[in-house]
Amino acid sequence: MSEAIIKTENLTRTFGNFIAVDNITFDVKPGEIFGFLGANGAGKTTAMKMLTGLLKPSSGKALVSGKDVYTETEGIKKSIGYMSQKFSLYDDLTVDENIRFYGGIYGIPHAELSHKVSRVVDSVGLNEVRKKLVASLPLGWKQKLAFSISILHNPAIVFLDEPTGGVDPITRRQFWESIYEASNNGITVFVTTHYMDEAEYCDRVSIMVDGKIEALDTPDGLRQTYSTQSIEEVFITLARSAKRGGT
Amino acid sequence: MNAFSGFVIKEFKQIYRDRRTLLVLFGMPVIMVLLFGFAIRNEVSSARIAVLDHSKDEVTRSIIQQIAASGSFELAGYVTSYDEIEPLFRKGAIKEVVVFEANFERNLTRDGTANIQIITDATDPNLANLLQAYTSRIIQDYTTSLNQEEQIQQKAGIRPAVRMMYNPELRSVNLFVPGLIAVILMLISTLMTSISITREKEMGNMEILLVSPLKPYHIIIGKVLPYLVLSVVNVISILILADLVFGVPFEGSYILFFLQAMLFIVTALSLGVFISTVANNQQTAMMISLAGLLLPTVLLSGFIFPVASMPEVLQWISHVIPAKWFLIIVRDIMLKGSGLAFLWEETLILMGITLFFIGLSLKKFNVRLQ
Amino acid sequence: MPIVQINQLYKTFGNIEALTGIDIRIEEGELFGFIGPDGAGKTTLFRTLTSLLVPDSGSVSVLGLDVVRDYKKIRPLLGYMPGRFSLYQDLSVEENMRFFASVFGTTIEENYELVRPIYHQLEPFKKRLAGNLSGGMKQKLALSCALIHKPELLLLDEPSTGVDAVSRKELWEMLGVLKEGGMSIIVSTPYMDEAKLCDRIALMQDGQILQVDTPARIVSSFGRPLLGVKSASKYKLIRSLKQYPHVYSVHPFGEYTHYTDRRDHPDPESLKAYLRNCGLDDITIKEIQPDIEDSFVELLTKEKAYV
Repeated sequence: MSEAIIKTENLTRTFGNFIAVDNITFDVKPGEIFGFLGANGAGKTTAMKMLTGLLKPSSGKALVSGKDVYTETEGIKKSIGYMSQKFSLYDDLTVDENIRFYGGIYGIPHAELSHKVSRVVDSVGLNEVRKKLVASLPLGWKQKLAFSISILHNPAIVFLDEPTGGVDPITRRQFWESIYEASNNGITVFVTTHYMDEAEYCDRVSIMVDGKIEALDTPDGLRQTYSTQSIEEVFITLARSAKRGGT
Repeated sequence: MNAFSGFVIKEFKQIYRDRRTLLVLFGMPVIMVLLFGFAIRNEVSSARIAVLDHSKDEVTRSIIQQIAASGSFELAGYVTSYDEIEPLFRKGAIKEVVVFEANFERNLTRDGTANIQIITDATDPNLANLLQAYTSRIIQDYTTSLNQEEQIQQKAGIRPAVRMMYNPELRSVNLFVPGLIAVILMLISTLMTSISITREKEMGNMEILLVSPLKPYHIIIGKVLPYLVLSVVNVISILILADLVFGVPFEGSYILFFLQAMLFIVTALSLGVFISTVANNQQTAMMISLAGLLLPTVLLSGFIFPVASMPEVLQWISHVIPAKWFLIIVRDIMLKGSGLAFLWEETLILMGITLFFIGLSLKKFNVRLQ
Repeated sequence: MPIVQINQLYKTFGNIEALTGIDIRIEEGELFGFIGPDGAGKTTLFRTLTSLLVPDSGSVSVLGLDVVRDYKKIRPLLGYMPGRFSLYQDLSVEENMRFFASVFGTTIEENYELVRPIYHQLEPFKKRLAGNLSGGMKQKLALSCALIHKPELLLLDEPSTGVDAVSRKELWEMLGVLKEGGMSIIVSTPYMDEAKLCDRIALMQDGQILQVDTPARIVSSFGRPLLGVKSASKYKLIRSLKQYPHVYSVHPFGEYTHYTDRRDHPDPESLKAYLRNCGLDDITIKEIQPDIEDSFVELLTKEKAYV
């Protein structure tokens, strides 16, 4: 069995008296599509910030790509990709300029950059609009572009924070197809989402409630364990017993 | 409880709960009055001067003593030649040099004239003028008293006697306080009202209010009422401060003053409402209020810089700035004790501007989202 | 009498065509849903119905009144909950309710029975500032405030967006209760699974209505037999299916990929053989019933060319 690419052990984060993330332990396998689910306030975002090196844990251990989240945050940041909810694209730059900009940030050598830019533009099918401002693109295209940019530097893991808000079902599926492609190329995908049906696209899913991981399994496994037809129902069962979030 | 009173109560609650802004709204006038009163002055006190006395006789010594004792000047020292003067100016050690010619007293008694040269550092022309004026006046007073004592015949023809009416001490705080009232009223009434209304729009609450029995004028008046109250409180506190701390005179009728203040408050409020009809979010409202209104008011209304010394174009522009008219009214009431008989023109103009903006706001207030 | 009647409604903002030729008729007592993604025109439509926007052309009548001419009469009769809840964050739960009640010339007590199922969950928090409530609680408060004056028509624009799954479920349970009490409700939502809970739905995309019908009939009008295909590697599976000569559509749907065939009767066995040839293993193929999302996806594919 290959070494886990994300490994956490009793990972905890407190803010004063409030325990945002409560002793979570889990592994993510390389090349996996891992779905990280949970209600608002459950601790998802805090956990993700710790894994991406943005927040230091209060206690516990975590290794991302073999690097320690306490001491090697810079190394972690270099080896991961990140796509935020708002896509992190610059509306007043063109498609080309955005790719070039992020390429520069990720340290892609100048010589390679042009080539990479063309490749991304081709793969996402944005050839016609590469000189257009991102603000003029429809939501679905922005999403595709943002994803391609997040894996521009071939990171081992890419973190996606609620990437599919508001788009139509077809665009959403096309997006998941590109996630499948990335996963097929060996990139591990760590995605948070509140669309429970998207949990079905993942290889494995974890559900956070009140800072703890209450369930972790394949979608199929979860449905069988909780005898439900859908992940949404699993979620509701778990969330109903939550003390946080409802008030 | 009907719709309107419910609305007004909500507004008061919201403002009251925003403690930080409340602090600013009440504290700012106090701070501004103190600031302008104590720190920012146009008058002179303890300007450093030097003296180049070629004569060194009794008369020159008397004059120098008068100058030093005037309270406006601080005698920094004596120089012995013209060459020493410029380095002192360059260093900024002194602002003025008074030069007495040789044989001053003898010339005065024998010929009836003697020459004094007043050299001032004019990098700040306003200050230079003031210093020259002060110095000249001191010398003038001395000469007059000397004449009376020793019947020295004067060869000079016309000598103007200067008298500063209404503000004999030329205190700048008397200039500023009325202006401050106008500026602060603009700030609170215009800025805060426009922000308050656009905040409703920004938060999406305006949508719900519109789709309800509340009428547009209910909404406007409800928004405006708390800031009216606040403004009145602020006017009172400024007046009290100005009187107690700075001794700014109040010669005229308090009733007339408050009526005029209310008029100006309504002007400022209607401007605030008008801005909110053209701005869609708080930032825009704030920018328009500050850059488009407050700044011209401070610069062009006569608050600090006299309108009369502005280029003609700007003087024309200042005609449309409501604060300009209010400043005339308020200064006249406070410092001159003028009554409505002298102020009816300005009052009418202010009323006209107010009605214009009220009408415009009502017309532009959108009962829809576009 | 229809509670809403829209004929050929057009609305453009600058060069964005928000609504193009909307025709719809909604009956009294219906729980009607507008389903569609962001940018479909749902909010523009709602704002037109509540008389906040004026149509460029076409006619819109609500409760028998014209939204342009008679807007003053319509507004007090509506209960409107715009997106983002629009509560007063710095007023308490109770103060919000009291305010909205007074604005409509009523009191909390007068129509308490109507809002009780929802409001009683908030009552323990009635002194709390609205800004300090969770998303689900804000949603309930906004709904209570929209109902407090006993409107004739309830319009909820994306009431469940940004709210956790449990609260979403509770909201729809409440809507069901209200409907049973005779309330006419128009809702918009991007969530397909909520569509099933409406009496009738209109599928919207890019300012147009693709179809209006009961959820059941929309699903049954799905043109083709639907197959669900499962295999170990999703990516390879999708690629292979897309290259199958008889393919009509392939869409990932989670564990199973949904596949439709160009032929009237697809051949699962030969499909399986083809896939095995492509190097896939552990293949399962079964016939599945389409649901709303499949219908929507099918309609969309017909309407637009996708990159």
